[in-house]
Amino acid sequence: MTLTERLREKISQAFYNHGLFCASYPIPIILFTGLCILACCYPLLKLPLPGTGPVEFTTPVKDYSPPPVASDHKPEEPNEQPEWYVGAPVAYIQQIFVKSSVSPWHKNLLAVDVFRSPLSRAFQLVEEIRNHVLRDSSGTRSLEEVCLQVTDLLPGLRKLRNLLPEHGCLLLSPGNFWQNDREHFHADPDIIGTIHQHEPKTLQTSATLKDLLFGVPGKYSGVSLYTRKRLVSYTITLVFQHYDARFLGSLRARLMLLHPSPNCSLRAESLVHVHFKEEIGIAELIPLVTTYIILFAYIYFSTRKIDMVKSKWGLALAAVVTVLSSLLMSVGLCTLFGLTPTLNGGEIFPYLVVVIGLENVLVLTKSVVSTPVDLEVKLRIAQGLSNESWSIMKNMATELGIILIGYFTLVPAIQEFCLFAVVGLVSDFFLQMLFFTTVLSIDIRRMELADLNKRLPPEACLPPAKPAGRPARFERQLAVRPSTPHTITLQPSSFRNLRLPKRLRVVYFLARTRLAQRLIMAGTVVWIGILVYTDPAGLRTYLTAQVTEQSPLGEGALASMPVPSGVLPASHPDPAFSIFPPGASKLPENQTLPGELPEPGAPAEGIHDSPAPEVTWGTEDEELWRKLSFRHWPTLFSYYNITLAKRYISLLPVIPVTLRLNPREALEGRHPQDGRSAWPPPRPGQGGLWEAGPKGPGTAQAHRDITLYKVAALGLASGIVLVLLLLCLYRVLCPRNYGQPGSGPGRRRRGELPCDDYGYAPPETEIVPLVLRGHLMDIECLASDGMLLVSCCLAGHVCVWDAQTGDCLTRIPHLGRQRQDSGVGSVLEAQESWERLSDGGKGGPEEPGDSPPLRHRPRGPPPTSLFGDQPDLTCLIDTNFSAQPQLLEPAQPEPRYRAGCRRAQASPGYDFSHLVQRLYQEEGMAPVHTPALRPPSPGPTLPQAPEDEGGFPPEKGSPSLAWAPSADGSIWSLELQGSLIVVGRSSGRLEVGRGDVCAGGLWALLARRCSQPLGLQVWDAIEGTLRCSSEEVSSGITALVFLDKRIVAARLNGSLDFFSLETHTALSPLQFRGAPGRGSSPTSPMYSSSDAVACHLTHTVPCAHQKPITALKAAAGRLVTGSQDHTLRVYRLEDSCCLFTLQGHSGAITTVYIDQTMVLASGGQDGAICLWDVLTGSRVSHMFAHRGDVTSLTCTTSCVISSGLDDLISIWDRSTGIRLYSIQQVGMLGATGFSVF
Amino acid sequence: MAEGETQSPGPKKCGPYISSVTSRTVNLMIRGVVLFFIGVFLALVLNLLQIQRNVTLFPPDVIASIFSSAWWVPPCCGTASAVIGLLYPCIDRHLGEPHKFKREWSSVMRCVAVFVGINHASAKVDFDNNIQLSLTLAALSIGLWWTFDRSRSGFGLGIGIAFLATLITQLLVYNGVYQYTSPDFLYVRSWLPCIFFAGGITMGNIGRQLAMILLEVKVISRRVYQHQIVLSLNLEEYIQLKSSHGTPRSSGNVCSTKL
Repeated sequence: MTLTERLREKISQAFYNHGLFCASYPIPIILFTGLCILACCYPLLKLPLPGTGPVEFTTPVKDYSPPPVASDHKPEEPNEQPEWYVGAPVAYIQQIFVKSSVSPWHKNLLAVDVFRSPLSRAFQLVEEIRNHVLRDSSGTRSLEEVCLQVTDLLPGLRKLRNLLPEHGCLLLSPGNFWQNDREHFHADPDIIGTIHQHEPKTLQTSATLKDLLFGVPGKYSGVSLYTRKRLVSYTITLVFQHYDARFLGSLRARLMLLHPSPNCSLRAESLVHVHFKEEIGIAELIPLVTTYIILFAYIYFSTRKIDMVKSKWGLALAAVVTVLSSLLMSVGLCTLFGLTPTLNGGEIFPYLVVVIGLENVLVLTKSVVSTPVDLEVKLRIAQGLSNESWSIMKNMATELGIILIGYFTLVPAIQEFCLFAVVGLVSDFFLQMLFFTTVLSIDIRRMELADLNKRLPPEACLPPAKPAGRPARFERQLAVRPSTPHTITLQPSSFRNLRLPKRLRVVYFLARTRLAQRLIMAGTVVWIGILVYTDPAGLRTYLTAQVTEQSPLGEGALASMPVPSGVLPASHPDPAFSIFPPGASKLPENQTLPGELPEPGAPAEGIHDSPAPEVTWGTEDEELWRKLSFRHWPTLFSYYNITLAKRYISLLPVIPVTLRLNPREALEGRHPQDGRSAWPPPRPGQGGLWEAGPKGPGTAQAHRDITLYKVAALGLASGIVLVLLLLCLYRVLCPRNYGQPGSGPGRRRRGELPCDDYGYAPPETEIVPLVLRGHLMDIECLASDGMLLVSCCLAGHVCVWDAQTGDCLTRIPHLGRQRQDSGVGSVLEAQESWERLSDGGKGGPEEPGDSPPLRHRPRGPPPTSLFGDQPDLTCLIDTNFSAQPQLLEPAQPEPRYRAGCRRAQASPGYDFSHLVQRLYQEEGMAPVHTPALRPPSPGPTLPQAPEDEGGFPPEKGSPSLAWAPSADGSIWSLELQGSLIVVGRSSGRLEVGRGDVCAGGLWALLARRCSQPLGLQVWDAIEGTLRCSSEEVSSGITALVFLDKRIVAARLNGSLDFFSLETHTALSPLQFRGAPGRGSSPTSPMYSSSDAVACHLTHTVPCAHQKPITALKAAAGRLVTGSQDHTLRVYRLEDSCCLFTLQGHSGAITTVYIDQTMVLASGGQDGAICLWDVLTGSRVSHMFAHRGDVTSLTCTTSCVISSGLDDLISIWDRSTGIRLYSIQQVGMLGATGFSVF
Repeated sequence: MAEGETQSPGPKKCGPYISSVTSRTVNLMIRGVVLFFIGVFLALVLNLLQIQRNVTLFPPDVIASIFSSAWWVPPCCGTASAVIGLLYPCIDRHLGEPHKFKREWSSVMRCVAVFVGINHASAKVDFDNNIQLSLTLAALSIGLWWTFDRSRSGFGLGIGIAFLATLITQLLVYNGVYQYTSPDFLYVRSWLPCIFFAGGITMGNIGRQLAMILLEVKVISRRVYQHQIVLSLNLEEYIQLKSSHGTPRSSGNVCSTKL
């Protein structure tokens, strides 16, 4: 034994034990695994949440120096400094925040004056800044030396060329709108138009040019005709490349000196560094999406292979959970041991999943389900595990080896990936062994339980034990109906699990699990979660702030969204942090009392003056840049092809500048056109409105309108897409070509492929309707008990068919008329008697032992009916039999075979009558030609076949004639139970016959026929016929019920006759003659052929209905009659006591249904279906079903199925009475009936 | 193997779908078209990946205009992948060793994912030097082959494809049809063959899987046809059984002689 083998055995043994262990304690193991996963994922909480929002870090201005470039900072520092805080920032941004107002405000001033002269001061300020030169001991230093020199704009931004600075310092001010030229500004008649000319007309997602140049969010700028507060604020943005503390200090001091801000409380002591994450563009998104699509395809194709388990979806979910949680565990473990992930998790995730793979899980499942089913679950799991143990271990070793090789590539990214993959693989193995195996064991156990529940005890399906001694005659198992007459157990076929089409299975699955609703619910929850997470005032801000534990991140997704102070951590000392500048904060007092304030016209100046000159500075002004879009700075830098992704900028404390202008200056700055324009000065009464729309009303309105249109168009488009999608779904799920063959075989075939991998081919369930041919005229009545099918045609034939194979077991040719017109009768009757005789002749050799020559053969059907129901294959049969007659002859000495092939033999003219003759001679029955019985035309199904009738002896001619008494009349009703057939005739005769089964299992012989004309039972056992009765009632039997030894016959005159049937076990087949013994009690509903059957008339209800009874059904001890007098009656079966008379139909009752659960449904000629409560006699529901008679009706537990003369088959919901489906039939099938099992 | 059995007595009574699939040229065409589109799609996506690295073979004006720059490249890739994908099963058939290793769609998907991952790594991961890059990529490619193919023919064909494709690319570059944006000539040369090799393996994998699927459809259709025969034979047997009552085995002769 080599080392490998020993190892293999050890591993296998270990896996076996492990499998036993897992299957024994499933719940504790799953709990333990869940705890492990949670514990390993715990370190993940410390990781920053993914997101593309910028991150901030604040350092004091004092002693600031750029952080070192190298990443040699101490390991204990990371708590203080974020990782990105290394190296110099891309730029230092100095904002000079200008607040300006005209004061005192004069009544004559126009609205334009609010911002025209303040804006004009920007040019002067820019001038001052540009000319600022620091002179100190080390020499002079000008702005040009420290500022960020920019080059060309990006080629795509040519229209901004003269608005943004190029080839020089990046210095932005509102003056850029006028090319920093004061003359341009003064010559501009429409300042607002100039400012807004580059505003996007759509939803504002990124920073606009106005925001860039003004440096404050649009609504704080105050540059608006309708602003209430007359305070203009803007910034001049300076971008420095180097941090020069002295230069900055001198600039700040100079500006503060020139434009003092008296009540300024800005501390100006902290430097804010903002780090920008990588932004994902469309170019990066496409590969990412592709990898995810591939990942999902991989998962789909993998989990599709899971088969032969109870819940495919559950196991697939478990597999995916295994892989995902192993990844999470891997990241968590790595974090725990001090390794921080630097890779983009979203990018490497698909590859990690693919590398770890779902293969082991599938292999495990396959191995376990392929173990013998009859083993115990534990043992199955253990065996399956140990079978695959070696390959699993080998695979894992290989993968670990490959990954380890990857680890030695010494590329940091790959090393990290490999590290994650290794830990992920190990934890995946752990989860497979503990979690998935346990889930699998639970699933297998469930499947076995389900199987057990489904499996009926096999004895229940079998008929009760036969009396010994005649086993040969009962090979065919008849359906047993102990108490429920309408449930049929098909033994073999009911276990055949039908393979529905895949799409139907998907739909059923969806319907069963209500997946759609749950998905929608889950989606809603996720959506709400995302909303909460991404909301600037929401969780994400809070979490990010918590995670970074640094300076607050007040920036939201959009600058215009206010940040409530409540969620901001304590960096803002002011708890009542206002979203409005101080000027605005005072507004509410003014606004709330607009009506109360008297408007005295000219002296109102003082009142108007009050808000304007109060230029105050608060802490919030320090942070005004936070209210800009978080794309503000990236957008600005991207114009110059500088990316801020994964880099940071440093924002210097703002320099406050206050400009006070007196009205005279404002008037001087006026453009000549300003006075002519019809802008009125702002009125305080409209303050609320102005606050609502701080921008120019036209633009704002237009923006909103356009936005509205866009949203509407989007909604419309998505609605259309949704409708189209639904339509496609409908098409996919409900194609119209259901019945067409060949439309989708390829898809279905391909769907079955996975089964073939397991060597399991699903059973063919092509449903081909069995065509039962053999009747010469229209079918009149039909009765079935699931195993047998009895049909009767207008010509009077009664055929007994095997309901499952479609073979004609017995043909009872025209029960009534042989005696009168035998011999000289019509072709049909002659044929019938011929058939009878030929069958008798064939039946002869079969039981030579117990059939003495004089015994009257039961009349079986001619086997020709076999060929009637399979017309397509005649060619094959032909070829076969004609080609090798000699070969087959010795092998098949039985003449029955010849007879069976009679038709096939007919065309080549093979004459085998001598065979038959020979046989008969052997049997000692000389073939006697009886000309009267020779059929003038040959076989019933193939009249053209010439038949030599010489071989068919009419040796039993006279007895066969004997059992057909003079009673004539066509068959009007037919019932079947067990092997007994009850026939009601138009003449009023009731006949009970027996369709029996012979030893070969292939022939059914009408062995005995007893017929009870109305209580006077005349029993001729040998003949199997009945004698005429003197008390015959001439009213025809319109409907019959045969239920548990009871026969109820409804007659044309509206009377009901109740018969009870008694069977008596006879001692021998030959002792039937005479009256049957009364003492013996029938025990079994299986009427064996040797039992005598007696029929008693127990009750008669002479006038059950006024008109003929058309429908009759019995179940659950109740008998329901439906009549042409528009009423139904419910009788008790035992004593024929009328319980209810149900009225509700407006036409004759045509059909009635009642079942064991006391459900009563009736259909009438008025096309209505009524459902009744049999217990109370009340009508439950009433449906107008058909445009014409309801011809047939049946119910299931949830549905009512009806067919009508309008060729529709409708399916109704039983409880609500709503039509579920209706099926238009093609042919005129209106009068047929059906039944549902 | 794949197409070899097409000539056997074809199904006579199968539907139009089956017969179209079973016809050899249509079969080839379907596979070719599918492979072509896969190739085009992969070329576009991987091109995007390379653009991010700025080592793309094609001068990108703007990232969004990938379709305008070098429009002929994706069709070329598509054609090449169609050829490769058809070549692999063909060679398998000629060598007489059908590829049996991991013939499942999930494995194919895994292979595609790894291929994209190799591209991703070559585009995104910063390597110290070109030797390291090319060695890593070579190891990854070989690993891809070992994981998903493991056939000598696949390896040989992959090497050949890599060699040819690199040669063609270099010829094109020398002739100035296009140029690398990155001046690092060696750099581009080092990763090209590995990517080509991995791409050849991947497309071959897809092609083999497609061939197998269509073959299965064919087999199934033939199986259906045979099933019809068997059904009719069963029926025959059944009839004989019924008629002869007791000598069912004799009909076996009939079946066998008929077959």
